[in-house]
Amino acid sequence: MEKSLKIAIKELNFFYRDFKALTDISLDVYAHEVTALIGPSGCGKSTMLRCLNRMNDLIPYSRVEGRILLNEQNICDPDVDVVSLRRRIGMVFQKPNPFPKSIFENVAYGMRVNGIKDKAYIAQQVETSIKAAALWDEVKDRIHESALGLSGGQQQRLCIARAMAVKPDVLLMDEPCSALDPIATQKIEELIHQLKKTYTIIIVTHNMQQAARVSDITAFFYLGKLIETDVTDTIFTRPKLKQTEDYITGRFG
Amino acid sequence: MYKNLNRTQKRRKLSQFIMFGFFRVSAAINGIALLIIFYFLVARGWRAITWTFLTQPPMDSMTRGGILPCIIGTVCLSLGAIIAALPIGVASAIYLNEYAFQGRALRIIRLGINNLAGVPSVVFGLFGLAFFVVYLKMGVSILAGALTLGVLTLPVIIGATEEALRAVPETYREASLGLGATKWQTIYRVVLPTALPGILTGGILGLSRAAGETAPIMFTAAVFFTPSLPSSIFDEIMALPYHIYVLATAGTEIEATRHLQYGTALVLIVLVLGLNLMAIIYRARLQKRQ
Ligand SMILES: Nc1ncnc2c1ncn2[C@@H]1O[C@H](COP(=O)(O)OP(=O)(O)OP(=O)(O)O)[C@@H](O)[C@H]1O
Ligand SMILES: [Mg+2]
Repeated sequence: MEKSLKIAIKELNFFYRDFKALTDISLDVYAHEVTALIGPSGCGKSTMLRCLNRMNDLIPYSRVEGRILLNEQNICDPDVDVVSLRRRIGMVFQKPNPFPKSIFENVAYGMRVNGIKDKAYIAQQVETSIKAAALWDEVKDRIHESALGLSGGQQQRLCIARAMAVKPDVLLMDEPCSALDPIATQKIEELIHQLKKTYTIIIVTHNMQQAARVSDITAFFYLGKLIETDVTDTIFTRPKLKQTEDYITGRFG
Repeated sequence: MYKNLNRTQKRRKLSQFIMFGFFRVSAAINGIALLIIFYFLVARGWRAITWTFLTQPPMDSMTRGGILPCIIGTVCLSLGAIIAALPIGVASAIYLNEYAFQGRALRIIRLGINNLAGVPSVVFGLFGLAFFVVYLKMGVSILAGALTLGVLTLPVIIGATEEALRAVPETYREASLGLGATKWQTIYRVVLPTALPGILTGGILGLSRAAGETAPIMFTAAVFFTPSLPSSIFDEIMALPYHIYVLATAGTEIEATRHLQYGTALVLIVLVLGLNLMAIIYRARLQKRQ
């Protein structure tokens, strides 16, 4: 299959006040691939991710330079409609963050705020999304109970279902498994394999095995710079740079 | 060395014991104070509480009869105050906490609100007299009194609402915005419902405060005596706290009406506790639904 370019990050710099959190990042992300961002804590992975759905707009003292092209449109442009951008670029956060509402309402939320009123469609789409997130069998009898009663792993899959229910193009996942046990983690990894048929996925992870297992492309960040990016197999077997090798083999720092 | 460790551990246990004891006593003082007040009122006032007392207007220069107009007056005034103040207070808090640029101007506004909370209530009374009664020509009326009490409770409501809004995890807002919700949708659908129990607590506090105040209604709403019940919001009215004040300081027979004074105070406290209880039950139901 011909690779098609989904997101092109071009010479991106990002500042929190005077602190330069990202320096001159250029990275291509292809459709229907999983791109993993790895690197030590504080190197700017979350910042990178949050640039992609303009979540950093919430931080008043932040500033961005450079371009990010999504389907060839520059999303850093101040004229871009961030509300519709965020509908197209879903995000799953590091800590599961379901709303204090029922399981159903959590998944329906994105559709409701986007003006969908058709009850039958919403119900249908809620079920489809929860099934796609491999959660349906566990919750189908308690769909109208509070989502806060779910386990951490279930909550995280619910958040994935919630993100998928609005049919985004791209799914951003910031360490989605960091609060989960190995079984829940495995479920989510399997899920990612399924999801990449439909979505383009960018995932941040601290777990090297996970990056190796789920991703097609891996990008290694260090101190706000993109040090090396390559096909995942290559990065993990024959990295070009010593820094990358040290990090993935755990000999870092 | 091991012995030394043992000794420090003992000392730490002792200091923990002392501190916890202190906390416990401090907490107990609050409960005991409330109990003593309540006991005092019941012991001295329960004789006054009869069916007549609760359902009749005062008679014979207020030495006999009941306090029905006062009960109705206080309910009207405090509910009116909340109806006026809650929407404005909540809206201000939303603006301050969710929309306003967190800078110098905001700090000054906050300072203003905090200072408003510290203004003596008699000053609110004078303000109400000058502004609502005279300038806006409302006259001495339920409306003027309720609005004055509303202004008085605004800082309480704003403070409690801001606290409730701040307690809503930032992750909820991010999750909502991340799904393509607008800021207002996020506030309306996620932030406010989550903060509602806290906002209600603010409402309760405001209501209790409004119900118990004397000075702000003295010049704006309350009268010494009126046998008739109010027929519109432009009527003057009797109120429980002011009635107590009048009986205790200006009545014809201050000593002979002592039990009526305590009885009235008891009714006021029960009324406030009752209102609080209603709100607390409602709040608990809300929390359970989440
Ligand atoms: N809101 C903020 N204000 C100021 N500085 C920030 C803010 N958020 C992050 N930073 C700084 O930017 C740098 C990158 O942070 P970021 O959260 O992107 O790192 P990360 O790679 O996601 O780390 P982790 O793996 O620990 O999540 C860090 O040095 C951090 O201190
Ligand atoms: Mg991070």
